[in-house]
Amino acid sequence: MDFTFTEDQLLFQGEIKKFLVNEVTPEKIRELWETESGRSDELWTQFAELGLLGMTAPEEFGGLGMNEVDFVLIAQECGFVALPEPLVETVLVAVPLINALNDDRKGEWLAAIASGEMKVATGLMQNELVADAHIADLLILQYGDELHAVAREDVTLTLNESVDPSRRLFDVEWKPEESNAIASGDEAKQLIAATLNRGALGAAAQALGLTQRMIEMSVQYTADRQQFGVAIGTFQAVKHRMANVAVPLEYAKAVVHRAACSIANNHSDAGVHVSHAKVAACDASLAGAKNGIQVHGAMGYTWEVDMHIFMKKAWVLNNTWGDSAFHKNRVAEFALSGAEKIGAGATFV
Amino acid sequence: MDLAYTDAQKAFRDEIRNWLAANVPQQALKTFDTEEGFQQHREWEAKLNEGRWGMVTWPSELGGRDATLIEWLIFEEEYWRASAPLRVNQNGIFLLGPTLMEYGTDEQKADILPKMADGTEVWCQGWSEPGAGSDMAAIRAKAELTNDGKHYIINGQKTWSTRAVWADQCFGMFRTDPDSQRHKGLSFILVPMDLEGITVRPIPQLDGLPGFAEIFFDNVKVPVERRLGGEGEGWGVAMATAGFERGLMLRSPARFQTTAARLVELYKQNQQSADRDPAIKDAVIRAYMDAEAYALTTYQTACRLDKGGKIGAESSTNKIFWSELDQKMHETAMSILSARAELLPHAPAAQGVGSWLDGFLFSQSGPIYAGTNEVQRNIIAERMLGMPRK
Repeated sequence: MDFTFTEDQLLFQGEIKKFLVNEVTPEKIRELWETESGRSDELWTQFAELGLLGMTAPEEFGGLGMNEVDFVLIAQECGFVALPEPLVETVLVAVPLINALNDDRKGEWLAAIASGEMKVATGLMQNELVADAHIADLLILQYGDELHAVAREDVTLTLNESVDPSRRLFDVEWKPEESNAIASGDEAKQLIAATLNRGALGAAAQALGLTQRMIEMSVQYTADRQQFGVAIGTFQAVKHRMANVAVPLEYAKAVVHRAACSIANNHSDAGVHVSHAKVAACDASLAGAKNGIQVHGAMGYTWEVDMHIFMKKAWVLNNTWGDSAFHKNRVAEFALSGAEKIGAGATFV
Repeated sequence: MDLAYTDAQKAFRDEIRNWLAANVPQQALKTFDTEEGFQQHREWEAKLNEGRWGMVTWPSELGGRDATLIEWLIFEEEYWRASAPLRVNQNGIFLLGPTLMEYGTDEQKADILPKMADGTEVWCQGWSEPGAGSDMAAIRAKAELTNDGKHYIINGQKTWSTRAVWADQCFGMFRTDPDSQRHKGLSFILVPMDLEGITVRPIPQLDGLPGFAEIFFDNVKVPVERRLGGEGEGWGVAMATAGFERGLMLRSPARFQTTAARLVELYKQNQQSADRDPAIKDAVIRAYMDAEAYALTTYQTACRLDKGGKIGAESSTNKIFWSELDQKMHETAMSILSARAELLPHAPAAQGVGSWLDGFLFSQSGPIYAGTNEVQRNIIAERMLGMPRK
């Protein structure tokens, strides 16, 4: 039993955090909003150089052969900066999905992803629209109990604008054909379920980072803002709002880390663990948004103050890769299914 | 990261499980808020100690097992699974015990810990006063040194002292420097409850039972050797104790996981009626998730501490989380039980209400004792998040 991260994992997290905080500033995010793609090739190249894009690909295909536990801390930091680039969706979702395929092209694809030459978007029916399809060279798309790999030239994209200006969502028009099928039947069902779990884990981890960021921004604002002759952060009503974000955040972290570990170890209840993580982390981030905007006062309701960059991402993540109804129902099914599965001593094996 | 138990941890679980199966009383003990129940629980403590299960994290020379925190969590899981009796000496073993290990002299440890471990001496806490509740630094009860420097003479009043009605010993905070202000000039003194000049006045709690009491000190003479830590340094010693209280020790996750599992069962037994209000099912599932989150977070903290890490300011989130979880779970149970919820367990129509009402009443105290949750939120805001005090 060791529920801690290694020194190396924590050091790497620290390095990547430093890099992201320097490169992905709110100013940079606002600049990207004004561009058509909303994405930065320069950043993507840097991700490749840092080894991030190949973290979860096997070494034989140019990757680092690491797993979900290694990456979950990085995903948290992607949330901390509200990273617009689909790094989490690539490393945590697309790469493991491709790696699990029974397909001759997978080595070639993984190497191209790791080097940054190729981008992949993953479209599950759970998400309705496909994020970042416009920059993808390859789209992996669900069609019922089938998965298909389709080149971007073979699809028609219609942009759907989101409240979050960093989002790029597309309706994808395409034809499922035998020639582009990559998995079907039970194999595809399992891949789809595992992909949804990884997407939800990525959203949960990002929600943790977002919450931390919203706490830090709000605490800073309440230290600077003076009313009645004092910093508003001295008022108990304001303090308690922030404490009410810190508590759920503190109790969501281990839940997310356990979910990462369960996926990495093919735990039979990994889906339930992920669902719990998604609900707990997104609830914390929704509390962060709600209390964060409130302590910012009218400034929190403006376009000018950076708070909304993070709030909007928190709102969006709550409903992607399975909404709270989906995830709560999955936990409910488990918790109500047998007394021996819950209670003291049932958490670990 | 490896979330599987080691073989040694599994063997530890088997050992305590077997011991409890053989030793937990078939008939539930009377509540320790009655004189007879208090005595029954004291005897149970002696039995636990015979099996060296009284406090597994204590050193073996003091009757413990040198257990790691993970083993302690396993012990607690088995303890709650077995419905073993509540710990009448929790103030002693969970709060004063660890404080003594850190601040006590060898003589104090040798004198106090064995009698604490076997239940010979049950401890109560003497911190709050009528004018010093959440604001503990407002303590006024005095302990004055005699001219020969060998004794303290204690005068004043303590209140809300849990288990004080039948306790043998009290660990209290007293002002040893009469000119001092706030948290300076306080000392941590261990007072035998049978000394002349001590009067205990029971306070009936919400259930009518004398679970706590006022303690009056009228020229009570205590040897200076009974001071824990330096004179005037009581605040620091008390904060260490409060850290244990709010932190890991006092409320292990197993307690809340057991309640959550019982709540799930209660919901299943009454599902048709409960589902008339969809909020109930949501609350039941959240109870399961939150109890699980508390367990996961505690395991993660325990692993970090077992590897030499230090407990940080984030531990102040602990008390809010478990106390409000406990309250929500019992509120949900009351909603499920509906019209039967108000019935005392012996009422003829009270089938199936179990101990939910008792638990509901007790859960009302959680956000109040051990530092109100309002004070906890201030601590989180100021010490963990760095918000300004003034």
